[in-house]
Amino acid sequence: MATGAIFRPFRHSEAERSDRSAGDRLRHRQKIRESIRDNIADIIAEESIIGQRKDRVVKVPIRGIKEYRFVYGENESAVAEGDGDVQEGQVVGQADGEGQGDGDKAGDKAGQDIYETDVTLEELIEIMFEDLELPDLERRALKQIPAERTTKRKGYRQVGIRVRLDKRRTARQRVKRVLATRGRMDDPDLPTNTEGTGRYPFHTDDLTYRHVIPDLRNESNAVVICIMDTSGSMDTMKKYLARSYFFLLFNFIATKYLSVELVFVAHHTEAREVTEDEFFHKAESGGTFISSGYQKALDIIDERYHPSLWNIYAFHCSDGDNFDSDNSAAMRCAKQLADVSNLFGYGEIKPLGSRYYESSMLSLFRRLDADNFQTVVIEKKEDIWPAFRSFLSKDRAGLITEKAPEEAAEV
Amino acid sequence: MVPNYSIDDLEGWDERIREKVEEFGLDPYPQEFEICDHNDMLGYMTYSGMPSHYPHWSYGKSFEKTKTMYDHGVSGLPYEMVINSNPSLGYLMRDNTLCLQILTIAHVYGHNDFFKNNFNFTAVTRADSTLSMFKAHAQRVRSYVEDPSIGPDAVERILDAAHSLSMQLRRNRAVKRLSEAEEKQRLWEDAQPQPDPYRRIHRTPDYEAPDLRKTPASPEEDVLAFIRDYNPYLTEWERDLLTIVHEEACYFLPQIETKIMNEGWASYWHREIMNSLDLPQELHLEFLVRHNQVVRPHPGSLNPYHLGLRVWDEIEGREAPSPPEEREDAGPPPAGDRSAMFAVREVDRDVSFLRRFLNEKVMTDLDLFEYEKQDDKLVVSKVSNEDHWREIKATLLRGVGMGSTPIIRITDADFGDQRTLYLVHEHEGRDLELGYAEKTLMHLHELWGRETALETYVNEKRTILKYDDDGFKAEAAS
Repeated sequence: MATGAIFRPFRHSEAERSDRSAGDRLRHRQKIRESIRDNIADIIAEESIIGQRKDRVVKVPIRGIKEYRFVYGENESAVAEGDGDVQEGQVVGQADGEGQGDGDKAGDKAGQDIYETDVTLEELIEIMFEDLELPDLERRALKQIPAERTTKRKGYRQVGIRVRLDKRRTARQRVKRVLATRGRMDDPDLPTNTEGTGRYPFHTDDLTYRHVIPDLRNESNAVVICIMDTSGSMDTMKKYLARSYFFLLFNFIATKYLSVELVFVAHHTEAREVTEDEFFHKAESGGTFISSGYQKALDIIDERYHPSLWNIYAFHCSDGDNFDSDNSAAMRCAKQLADVSNLFGYGEIKPLGSRYYESSMLSLFRRLDADNFQTVVIEKKEDIWPAFRSFLSKDRAGLITEKAPEEAAEV
Repeated sequence: MVPNYSIDDLEGWDERIREKVEEFGLDPYPQEFEICDHNDMLGYMTYSGMPSHYPHWSYGKSFEKTKTMYDHGVSGLPYEMVINSNPSLGYLMRDNTLCLQILTIAHVYGHNDFFKNNFNFTAVTRADSTLSMFKAHAQRVRSYVEDPSIGPDAVERILDAAHSLSMQLRRNRAVKRLSEAEEKQRLWEDAQPQPDPYRRIHRTPDYEAPDLRKTPASPEEDVLAFIRDYNPYLTEWERDLLTIVHEEACYFLPQIETKIMNEGWASYWHREIMNSLDLPQELHLEFLVRHNQVVRPHPGSLNPYHLGLRVWDEIEGREAPSPPEEREDAGPPPAGDRSAMFAVREVDRDVSFLRRFLNEKVMTDLDLFEYEKQDDKLVVSKVSNEDHWREIKATLLRGVGMGSTPIIRITDADFGDQRTLYLVHEHEGRDLELGYAEKTLMHLHELWGRETALETYVNEKRTILKYDDDGFKAEAAS
C-alpha cells in the first residue's frame, strides 16, 4: 500500500481503441441481413408492410442470431424484491419480459432474448429482391420519357460545393501559379510566402470545381398492368392476397426502372380502368369474363404503351371462376398479351383446400405456349413469396419443370 | 461537459481513500485507473473490460444493444468498471462529477480486495496474467482468421458452437481435478469391499466390477474441455479455439458465482470509506443521493447491490445469538464484527452466503416475493412471511450464480458403441427450454461430429433429445 493508484488521464480515443468493435458490429449487421433474407417469406406474410410508405420503419423479428445455450424453460419461478407491500396473487409483469425494466435478471431467460431490428421498408424491399432478377429486362430500351434524375458535367468553375472540388485541377492551378510567380520569388513583399519557408499554400483562386447541370436523359420505362377479377367470388381474403402480390411486383419492378407507371384494370363480366383505391376496395358482383380484362389491357397498351417503347409487365389475379363460354376468348387474348409483354403472369388465388372443387383456369392456361408466361397458385399468405420468386426467379426453367411436370408433357 | 476535477484532485482523494482502506484492513492488489469517455466505456462493457479481446459477432450484437439502451435512456452506463487482474484495472467515466469519482474509487477498492481474497478467485484465476491471457487469445484467434486455409467463417462456426456450451463447466474449480488414471484408481478402490468386522451378521454384497473402460470414468461437466481432449477428428486450431473459450469461461465463473457478495462488499466499503472521509458538505450530500441510487431496491426485480449490502450489514450487526430455528438454517452465527465479515468474504460464494445469512428478518425487510408465470402474466405466488420465507429462499438460491445454468454432465463418449456422446441433465424440477436445447445440441453435434444425446425430463417424463446428421429428435426414454 506504499504507492497510490496510477491514474491515466483521458486521451481522445485513438482510432483503434474508439472503434474496436467496428468489425464485430459489421459482422453482426451482416448476420441480421442474412436472417431477414431467410425469414422473408414470414415477413411478407405480415400484413403490416403491404401498402405502407417506403420510409416507414418496420420492426422485423430476427431469428437465427440468438445465442443458444442450455437454459431453463417455463416452469421456473423466480424471486424479486417488492416495494414493501406485495400481496399474493398480485400481477407484477408480463411474461414476455415487458415492463420488467431493471435488467439484472434478464439474459438467463430464453423468452427475453426476443430480438427485433428496425429496418425501413425500402431497405427491406432491397434485401428481399437481392437475388431476384427481372427476366427480359429492358428489352425495349427505346427512349421515351425523359428522366431528370441524372446530371451531366459541363466544364469547370471557380465556385462550387465541396464535393465537386476537382483536386487534380486545383493542384495543377497551384503549380501554375507558383511557376508564374517564381521570377519574383525573392520579392519580400510577396504575400503568398510571408514566412520565407519556401511553402506555397493553396490560394482561393486555385480552387477548381466541376460544374454540373441537370441532364434530361431518356430512360427506358416500364408499365405494370395489374388486372384483377373483382367479381362476387373474389372475397376480402382473396383480394388481400392479390394485393400483396401486386405490391411486391410493383416494388420489384420499380427497383429496376427509373420510372414505372401503374395501370389498374378491374374486371368482372366487363372491364374498366380504375384508380388504385377503387381497385383494391371496391367490391362488385356478378360473373366473370376473363377475356374482358385482357382485352381492356390490350386496348390500354394500344393507346398509351406501345410495346416498341415500353417494357410491359402484366399480371392477372383471379380465383379462376370463369364462364366456360369465355374460355376460348380468354385464351386468345392471353396469347396476344404474352406477345406484347416482357412478362405476363396469371395468379390463381385459391384459399386453402378450395382448389379441389372449384373450377380453375390453370389447366387451360397451361396450353398457352409462351416463354414469358407464368402461372402461380396462391393458397395462403405464406405462398405469396414462393409464388413471387418462382415468377421472377433467375432460374425460371428449373422451377417450372419442378413445379408442374405435366406441363412439360403437354408441350 | 467540463469535469469539475483534475487528475491531481483524484490522486489526492485516492491517497486519502487508501489510508482508509489500510485502516479498515482491506488488502487489494495495486490499482490503476483509466479515465475514459462513454464510447470507450461502451467498448469496455462489450469486451468485459479487457483492453484486447478476440473478435466475434456476438460482441457486435452486445455493443449495439448496450448502445441502443444508452442512447434511448433506458439504461445509463456504469460509473465504473473494474477487472480482476494484478494490477487491478479500473475505468472511470470522465463526465462523472468529483463526488462520483471519489465514490467510485472507494467502490473499486472494495472489488479489488474481494478479487484478491475470495477463494473463488484465488483458487482459479491467475490475476497476474489476466491481461496477457486475453491478449494472447486475441492474437491466436486473429491468426486463424487471417490464415487462408482456415478463414473467418470456419473460425466463426467453431466459436458459435463453443460459446453456446461455454457455461457447461465444472462449477467448483477449487476442488482438485483428478487425472484419468487417478479417477480410475478411485473408482476401483471405491468398488472394493470394505473391511467389515461384522461380516458374520451382514450379507456380503455382491462384488460389482467397476467399468474402467468407460470414458469419461465419472460424469464430466467440462463439456468443451472434454470434446477437445476426446474428439480425435478436431484439428489443432479447432482444439485451440475450444481451449480459448473454455479458459475465458473459467475466468468469468467466479464473478458469476459471487455477484451479490461482491457488489454488496464493494458497496459496504464505499459507504464506510466515504462516511469516514469528512467530506465537505456538498460532496457529502451528493454522495448520499448517489449511494441511494446505487443501493436502492428495484421493486419487481433484484438489485444485487441492495441485497448484498443488506446481508453484509446483517452479518456485521449480528450480536445477539439468533433464534434456534434460524440457526438450523444458517449455522452458528459468527461474531458480530468485521472479522466475521472478512472471514465470510474469503470462503463464501453467493449460494452459501445467502444460505447462511439471508434470514427471515432480511427477507421480510426486503419484501422478497416469489412469482411465476400464469398465462401471459407474472403473478406473485408467495410473499415472505413466517410460512413461506424458506420456500422463497430456496427458490432464490436455485437461481443465483450458476444456478441459472442447468447442470449437464457427459456420462458416456461411446454410447451404444457408436461413439454417441451421451449427456444427462440433472433435473431438479426445472425443465429445459426445448427450443434452446435443440439449437445447443446442434452446436454440440457440430463439435463432436457424431450423434449427441441428452437425457432430461420434459413434463415429468424422461426424454432423450438427440441430434445427428438428420437433425433433431426427441423421444421418450424406454
